[in-house]
Amino acid sequence: MEMLHADGIRKSFGNLEVLCGVSLTANKGDVISLIGGSGSGKSTFLRCLNCLEHPTGGEIRVNGEAIAFKPDGHGNREPESKAQMRRIRARLAMVFQGFNLWSHMTLIENVIEAPVHVLGVERRQAVDEGLRLLQRVGLYDKRDAYPAFLSGGQQQRGAIARALAVQPLAMLFDEPTSALDPELVGEVLRVIRELAEEGRTMILVTHEMSFARDVSSQVLFLHGGRVEEAGAPAEVFGNPRSERLARFLGSFN
Amino acid sequence: MSERPNVLVQGGRASFRSLRLDAGTVTPVVAAIVLATYAALRMRWDWLGDYYPLLIRGLGMTVLLVVVTSSLGMLLAIPVGLVQVVGPRWLALPARAFCTVIRGTPLLLQLWLLYYGLGSLFPQFPWIRDSALWPILRQAWPYAFLGLTMSYAAYEGEVFRGAFKGVPKGQLDAARAYGMSGFLMFRRIWLPQAFRRAMPTLAGETILQLKATPLVATITVIDVYSVAAQVRQQTYLTYEPLLLISAIYIVLAVVITKIFVRLSGKSRDNTAFRKS
Ligand SMILES: Nc1ncnc2c1ncn2[C@@H]1O[C@H](COP(=O)(O)OP(=O)(O)OP(=O)(O)O)[C@@H](O)[C@H]1O
Ligand SMILES: [Mg+2]
Repeated sequence: MEMLHADGIRKSFGNLEVLCGVSLTANKGDVISLIGGSGSGKSTFLRCLNCLEHPTGGEIRVNGEAIAFKPDGHGNREPESKAQMRRIRARLAMVFQGFNLWSHMTLIENVIEAPVHVLGVERRQAVDEGLRLLQRVGLYDKRDAYPAFLSGGQQQRGAIARALAVQPLAMLFDEPTSALDPELVGEVLRVIRELAEEGRTMILVTHEMSFARDVSSQVLFLHGGRVEEAGAPAEVFGNPRSERLARFLGSFN
Repeated sequence: MSERPNVLVQGGRASFRSLRLDAGTVTPVVAAIVLATYAALRMRWDWLGDYYPLLIRGLGMTVLLVVVTSSLGMLLAIPVGLVQVVGPRWLALPARAFCTVIRGTPLLLQLWLLYYGLGSLFPQFPWIRDSALWPILRQAWPYAFLGLTMSYAAYEGEVFRGAFKGVPKGQLDAARAYGMSGFLMFRRIWLPQAFRRAMPTLAGETILQLKATPLVATITVIDVYSVAAQVRQQTYLTYEPLLLISAIYIVLAVVITKIFVRLSGKSRDNTAFRKS
């Protein structure tokens, strides 16, 4: 079943064309990894998927529903209905490189914020569910801690709990371990791996090549705003066709 | 052998330390005691009996001025700061100009322009003279409240501009990514975080506001300072009334500090400043 479909996504910042037609289809349970060099447009593409950036061209369909765009009067496009965009966006949970837990809220407050205030879930129910999720990522004890008092790994696991709390149709990870000290990477990857194994639909931008190889159902290699190579992880990692991908992968050894 | 005296010395030192007060606390306390003793023994306070009703009234006005103008000023400062960060030009420019003009001119001048300027302009319009508001507009205090509110709004507008700008972009990204509307994001994320950033500055600025209130005496509003001035004129006592109101201002300043500590106490564990 198709959960997330992007077709020919293009994005320019002024004259700079960052994405020149990137497509992707994620069916339920797919884990799609985006790899590529710095500045290849991975983050921008991910942010187009939930309209944090408004794509200049292309189409997005979430759970069968297409996001409608209209001209914004400055030569770009914007979503036709903000309400529709927010409703869809709320269910495409994003996990950021810098965690971005809300710093003035405790962990549990962070987790129930979107369910209560965006999705209209009853508070008690949201707290119950939130505590269950914190338990799951191993942070039940830290439920009343403020983010600044948590390690990076704990913050990121908390951010994952926040993402799970909206019962996401698909999860968008933007380099979830890049800002972590090496010894904290493992605990976060373990949680993500579990999510992959239980059949979550995920789009994952990452520089953790062996992890991507392990968990992905599909890998896209982006270069210069285009998908240079795509396929099953064994193919892409084991048998790169383009010189560029081979060189890119070589840089990790 | 060598351990026992050591323990004794340490115990002695510890209890000594707990008795000792540091110079930072002692100096003002000693000074206050000396001053109070001197004031009680060598100064005249018999006028207090005649003037205390007036003093209370003046104190009431001073407190009211600070509380009302700081509250209204803050309500005004939030939009003044916000539109300078996200507003369209036609809102941002006037807000910017408002801050620059008010902050760039003496408050005394503003009060006079309001009171003598507006105050003499209004009676020339019959519809104002005849309106139900005229009995109020004829008095001085509306201009004092207006002037002090605008002043607070301008300074704090600038503080809030910085505070809004200082909230990391990632915090707002996360709010939008989880489907918040602009207003919900403002209410739940942006404003609370900006407020926590502004709080320490606001405490100091509110004390400055307190210390600006005596200026209203120049437009005939009766605050606690103007009562002291009246006492001086009528009793020929110079220092006693001034000492008394100094003490009053100090107490008010301490109260303001305490209130802000209480207000920001809730966010004590907050973090916006630790890592970011
Ligand atoms: N808001 C923006 N305005 C202008 N240019 C931008 C903006 N966001 C991204 N870019 C540019 O778009 C290009 C792609 O950026 P993007 O962040 O998508 O790359 P990335 O593949 O995620 O790189 P990295 O691995 O370093 O995170 C870069 O050249 C970047 O400078
Ligand atoms: Mg990136």
